[in-house]
Amino acid sequence: MILTKEGFRKMTLKEALEYPSKEELVSLSLSVIEEQDTKLNAFIYVNKEAGTGIPIGIKDNINIHGLPTTCASRILKNYVATFDATVIKKLRKAGFAFVGKTNLDEFAMGASTEYSAFGPTRNPHDLERVAGGSSGGSAAAVASGEVIISLGSDTGGSIRQPAAFCGVVGFKPTYGLVSRYGLVAFASSLDQIGPIAKTVEDAALLMNIIAGRDEHDATTVNREIDFTKFIGRKINGLKIAVAKQSFSEGVEDGIKEKTEEFVRFIEQEGNEVDVVDIPELKYVVATYYIIAPAEVSSNLARFDGVKYGLRLSGKSLQDLYKNTRGSGFGEEVRRRILIGTFTLSAAYYDAYFEKAQKVRRLIANKLNELFETYDFIVTPTSPVTAFKVGSVSDPMVYYLMDIFTIPANLAGLPAISIPFGKVGHLPIGIQLMGPRFSDAKLLGFADCLFRTTHSQEVR
Amino acid sequence: MGRYKPIIGLEIHVQLSTKTKAFCNCTADVFELEPNTAICPVCTGQPGALPVPSVEMFELGVKLATALNCKINEYSRFDRKNYFYPDLPKGYQITQFFYPLAENGWLLVNGKRIRIRRIHLEEDAGKLLHAGDSITEAEYSLVDMNRCGIPLAEIVTEPDIESPEEARIFMEKLRTILRYLGVSTGDMEKGALRCDANISVLDTQTGKQSNKVEVKNMNSFKFVEKALEYEFDRIVGLMEKGEHVERETRGWNLSTKTTVSMRSKEEAHDYRYFPEPDIPPVILTREFIENVKKTIGELPDARIERFVREYGLNEKEASILVEEKAVADFYEEVVKKTNAPRETANWFLTEYFRLMGEHGTSELKVTAETFAELFELLKQGTISRNIAKEVFQESVLSGKSPRVIVEEKGLRQIDDAKELEKIVQQVLEANPQQVEAFKKGKEGLFSFFVGQVMKETKGKANPKTVNEILNKYLRGS
Repeated sequence: MILTKEGFRKMTLKEALEYPSKEELVSLSLSVIEEQDTKLNAFIYVNKEAGTGIPIGIKDNINIHGLPTTCASRILKNYVATFDATVIKKLRKAGFAFVGKTNLDEFAMGASTEYSAFGPTRNPHDLERVAGGSSGGSAAAVASGEVIISLGSDTGGSIRQPAAFCGVVGFKPTYGLVSRYGLVAFASSLDQIGPIAKTVEDAALLMNIIAGRDEHDATTVNREIDFTKFIGRKINGLKIAVAKQSFSEGVEDGIKEKTEEFVRFIEQEGNEVDVVDIPELKYVVATYYIIAPAEVSSNLARFDGVKYGLRLSGKSLQDLYKNTRGSGFGEEVRRRILIGTFTLSAAYYDAYFEKAQKVRRLIANKLNELFETYDFIVTPTSPVTAFKVGSVSDPMVYYLMDIFTIPANLAGLPAISIPFGKVGHLPIGIQLMGPRFSDAKLLGFADCLFRTTHSQEVR
Repeated sequence: MGRYKPIIGLEIHVQLSTKTKAFCNCTADVFELEPNTAICPVCTGQPGALPVPSVEMFELGVKLATALNCKINEYSRFDRKNYFYPDLPKGYQITQFFYPLAENGWLLVNGKRIRIRRIHLEEDAGKLLHAGDSITEAEYSLVDMNRCGIPLAEIVTEPDIESPEEARIFMEKLRTILRYLGVSTGDMEKGALRCDANISVLDTQTGKQSNKVEVKNMNSFKFVEKALEYEFDRIVGLMEKGEHVERETRGWNLSTKTTVSMRSKEEAHDYRYFPEPDIPPVILTREFIENVKKTIGELPDARIERFVREYGLNEKEASILVEEKAVADFYEEVVKKTNAPRETANWFLTEYFRLMGEHGTSELKVTAETFAELFELLKQGTISRNIAKEVFQESVLSGKSPRVIVEEKGLRQIDDAKELEKIVQQVLEANPQQVEAFKKGKEGLFSFFVGQVMKETKGKANPKTVNEILNKYLRGS
């Protein structure tokens, strides 16, 4: 059996797991990368010695022992990981081959992969446009068929939004299901690793491999979940809430229309849908942009030029810090470190960080309350479709794009973005969000809808 | 007490003797290890590494908090203390700021309660070695991260300490408790026990109180007292001249025996404390706390009381014996064999302590059997008390049993009346003038004759028999 390049590019994880000659897969992956990546820039590092296995792309903020982990930052340009992340250990054991480290916004802070020190990743659907972010490289690599599947990390939408922009599936699990050990921390209380895949079933298959309690991550929980339990089944009769804010100002018309179309579609499929006002959404961006930068200011303190990474010496210790961090970090990272340093300072802690923690709880309470009535909450994944590289310069515009994805991180909920057609030539994603630990059912429902829209078989 | 009264509070760091570091599996016993050999991704702050708190750290913490009569909080949480320094690899220290392990305790010092405000757990930082005479002159510095992540318990007292001496006694008493609990070696010189002090001075005539000064670098019990004495005098000097007492941090300088300003309060850090997101709150169940409490043995104060009651010692003797747990344990082991607590205590407080002081405990090859045999030899009258001291010293230093030493050296007491009579006769014949004088009433010479007999017999003569014979010859009775 000889697989063509075109055949490989469409290959799902389910197919790859059953494919007899795995050696072929790595060489096909490497040759597609060679062909595609000069225009996409999805990879920061291509691993020509990936060995044999199912080719997977790993976001370059996840450690693979002996390979670089740059976090798309100048400050870690020369850093080689000293240990395997827990997810990497598990993937290694399951027979995956790490063909490369994918591009991201520096330290995963951004929504377009434009804040990478190694240039933006381009959208496979339109090379003038961004792939989204921060896991833009992982999404583009899957969408273009460079790899079978990839890993991203999601702090405020970094898996789901690029998946939406690139027309693939992105899943952020319930906080605590996947170990963060070996993921370079951005905002520890929000970060979660998850799959970017061609199908919902693939995402579920990968979750079965990477999830589980880890003695190296105290925030992981012990839950035996079969993420594929509801895959391939007909699931309906659910009560679904659609956030009223999905149709409000700031959401592109094309996306509003597609969301309406999606609502009709799930109703036709035999589910009950209510439009629900969630006024708390007004506060999610502000809350997130206090908590996340606060954690950033602390998490990124270790990059000081003393132990590893970039070092720019000076006359004094203070100079060493200033020189190294001043030129090692990009503008967006520096901005967030400054915001976080400010909001944590003794004089402002109560007014900002403490208050944001309280609002975070209120938002989580509100969502949990909704889940007493509804099985899932639907919104568009992003209020906009992929924009042109270099077209957005105001950070506030960027931040507001995260409005629908942030709540799942603040409340630790599982959420998935599935592709639902296009506006013009650009894919759009619909987000489904569920209560904590509803991951298997959420994947099942998303899978059922995905199969129907992609004319896959349902039992 | 004069016009000026010192008000002192202590901040004490105790290195806990856990097997592993606080948040990783590296060994916590790093003393004298090659630099950077007990490290891992977690304690060197590699990107992606995460801390996982050790249970043992909580066990030791709960023991300590119990011994210091604290209320143990069931809800305990870690926070980050953020600051930049090369010995702090993550750029923050994991500590407990908002929710400490324990609060509101006390320690009895000379009958007075010194209140403990709080005890919290945190991680130690690394060590810097400056390539030069001082940090300012060094061309570069080396970082040893072995110490990074070793668990510490920080104990903060209320400002209840009223003299530098009391501060020292508090620290000594704390060390004894630490060793009894087995939660720390308590070695100040090795940095396993560290003490910073806050001191202010009250003018009892005007009621005015000076600013608080923090004193650091006091790395022995003696220096705690010396540095605080110096600082008290310095502050009083300023107050007497009507000068302002700066609110600052000062370090004890060993070579000048003075305190030197390190930084003023204006330069104080803003540590930007916030909850450690990598570690969920730790809930200590009642059951866990009770189980740990059950493992706490007898504490020093209770033991002193028992020694007085059970062994008939006075409180001073008991305190000295109890101070070092190993010594007290050994004392009780010996008493079990000798059944003579009073006599054993005498031997401990004189001969044994003298030898420990002269040679160091590790040099001494002493067992309970040494004492038992020695006491037996004394009881049987095989050796005299003076010879016993000699035998004890040799036994303890060489490891040979007292009986063997007595045999080898022929130290057996001469108790044979005939043999002694011969010697007494010789002594009397050799000292006719003294005999004359004695008979004229100079009774005090009796001990001279005893001494002479002892000299002739190299101390081996049974003093009782010698007395009897001399009495017979000199007094005719």
